Amino acid sequence: MSTVELERPRASNYKLRVIDCDIHPAMTSWTEVHPYLERQWIEHLTVYGSHLRHAFSEALSHPRMSPDAARIDAYPEEGGPPGSSLELMKKQHLDPNGIEVGMLIPLRWNPGSQRNLDLGVALTRAMNTWQVERWVKQEPRLRASVLIAQEDTVASVAEIDARGGDPNFTQILILPKTDEPLGRRRYWPIYEAAVRNNLPITIHVGGTNGHPSTGGGWTSYYMEEHHSVAQTMQAVVASLVFEGVLERFPELRVVIMEGGLGWVPSLNARMDKHWARLRSEVPHVKKPPSEYVREQVWFSTQPMEEPATSAELIDLFDRIGWDRLLFSTDYPHWDFDDPRYAFRANLTKAQREQLLYENARKFYRLD
Amino acid sequence: MARHVVATVDQIPLDQRLLVQVNGREIGIFNVGGEYFAVGNRCPHEGASLCKGRIVGLVEATGPGDYQYSRRGELLRCPWHGWEFDLRTGRSWCEPDRTKVRSYDLKVEPGGALIEGELRAETFQVTIDKQYVVLEV
Ligand code: FES
Repeated sequence: MSTVELERPRASNYKLRVIDCDIHPAMTSWTEVHPYLERQWIEHLTVYGSHLRHAFSEALSHPRMSPDAARIDAYPEEGGPPGSSLELMKKQHLDPNGIEVGMLIPLRWNPGSQRNLDLGVALTRAMNTWQVERWVKQEPRLRASVLIAQEDTVASVAEIDARGGDPNFTQILILPKTDEPLGRRRYWPIYEAAVRNNLPITIHVGGTNGHPSTGGGWTSYYMEEHHSVAQTMQAVVASLVFEGVLERFPELRVVIMEGGLGWVPSLNARMDKHWARLRSEVPHVKKPPSEYVREQVWFSTQPMEEPATSAELIDLFDRIGWDRLLFSTDYPHWDFDDPRYAFRANLTKAQREQLLYENARKFYRLD
Repeated sequence: MARHVVATVDQIPLDQRLLVQVNGREIGIFNVGGEYFAVGNRCPHEGASLCKGRIVGLVEATGPGDYQYSRRGELLRCPWHGWEFDLRTGRSWCEPDRTKVRSYDLKVEPGGALIEGELRAETFQVTIDKQYVVLEV
C-alpha cells in the first residue's frame, strides 16, 4: 500500500506509563538458538525434528483467526514472523505505548510439552539464554521468563535454581496443558523452587498435553476452542487450591495469564459453596478457597471481557480485587490490547495507573 | 471543511487502496470495483491502523455448512481484532448502531474542472486530461 503525505501528522500528546506482562518474542529462524544448544540436540532437531503431543507436530492445535495468531500489521518488513524484530517491536509497541517494562513469554517450540523430555530440557535452557542474549541485553525494557520442561520436575527445579538469582528473569513460565492437573504432587518441587528463588509462577495459555482442547472434546471451530482458555484456567486454579498447593506454599504467587477474567468470581463462589459442604474430603484445605485465590493469585487483563456497560466491567474488577490485575497486551498477537483503549470503562486516572503500571511494579518487585 | 485533491485515479488501481494524510488525519481511499470510498485510518475499537486490514466480502449462512459470500471487496477487516467495517457506510458489522469508522465525502473529478474551480492541490500538478480524487475534510 502506498502512502501520500500531504501534511505532517500531529505529535501524540499522550504520556503513558505501562508495564506489559505479556509480550511474545519469536525467532527469525530456529538457528538463533543453535549457539546455546548442545551439538547433540542441533543434530537431533535436524534428523528427527521436535515432537509434541498432538498431530502435525509443530502446528497449533487449531487454525487461528490469522496466521501465526498475529496482528497482520506486525510482520517485519525484512521478513521473519511477527515478534522476531526488536526494531519493529520498539517502533510499533514499546515506544508509542509507553512500555517501561515488558515481560517476554516465548511460546513457539513449546519445550514444556516436548515428548522427548531431554530435548525439552535442552530447549528450555537454550531458549532461556536466548531470551537474555537476543532480547534483554539488547533492550533494557525487556525481562525474560524462566522456561521449564514442566513434565520433568527434577530438570525444572535445576533450571529454576540456575536462573533464580539472575535479575533478567522475573517469573517462571508454565503452560496449563500439563500431563496431569497442576496441583498434583509430582509438580510440587517446582513450586518449592519458585518460593525458594522468590519468583512467581505464571501460567500462560498453551501447551499440548494430548488431551482434547476442551473438557467436551475437540472443537470444530476456532471460536469454540478460543473459549477453552477460561475452562482450562478454572481447572488449574481449582487444582492448585484443592490439591493443597496454595495451603502448602503460602508464599507462592501465581499469575493466570491470558485466561480471561469473567469466570473468576463465579469460580470463587462455587468453590466456597462446595468447600462449606464437602471439606471433609479435603481437610488439608484449611480456608475458604476464595481466600487462597484472593491472597495468592493474580490475573492478567488480556483478553478482557468487553461487557456492554462500563459498570459491569468495574463490578468485575471490584469482585476480583483491583490490586490483583496485571495489564498485558499480548503483542504481537491478533487479540492485542492497546493500553490507551483497552478498558471499555470510565476509569479514574488513579485506577488506570494502578492497572497499567502500579500493580505490576509491586508484584514483580521492580524497585 | 475544505476540498483536497489527494490522488489521481490511476494511483489507486482496481480493488486497491491508498493511505493519505490530510490536516494530520490519516485517511484510506479504496477503489471497490471502480467506486471510491474514504474512511479514517483509526479503528474505533482500539485504535489499530484500520486501513492496513484485509479487504473482504460478507460471509453469511442459513445453516451450518451452507455459506454465501457476497459484497466482495466492500468490507474492511481490522488488522487486530478483525472487526469488519462496511466501506459504503463506515458502520461496523458487529455493532452497527454503536461503532462506526469515520467516513469522508469523496468525488472523482476531471482535471479541467479542478483547474477552473476553487481548489488548490497540495502535492499535484493538476492537468486537464486526468481524473482526480477529491476529498472533503
Ligand atoms: S482495534 Fe480494530 S477491531 Fe480492535
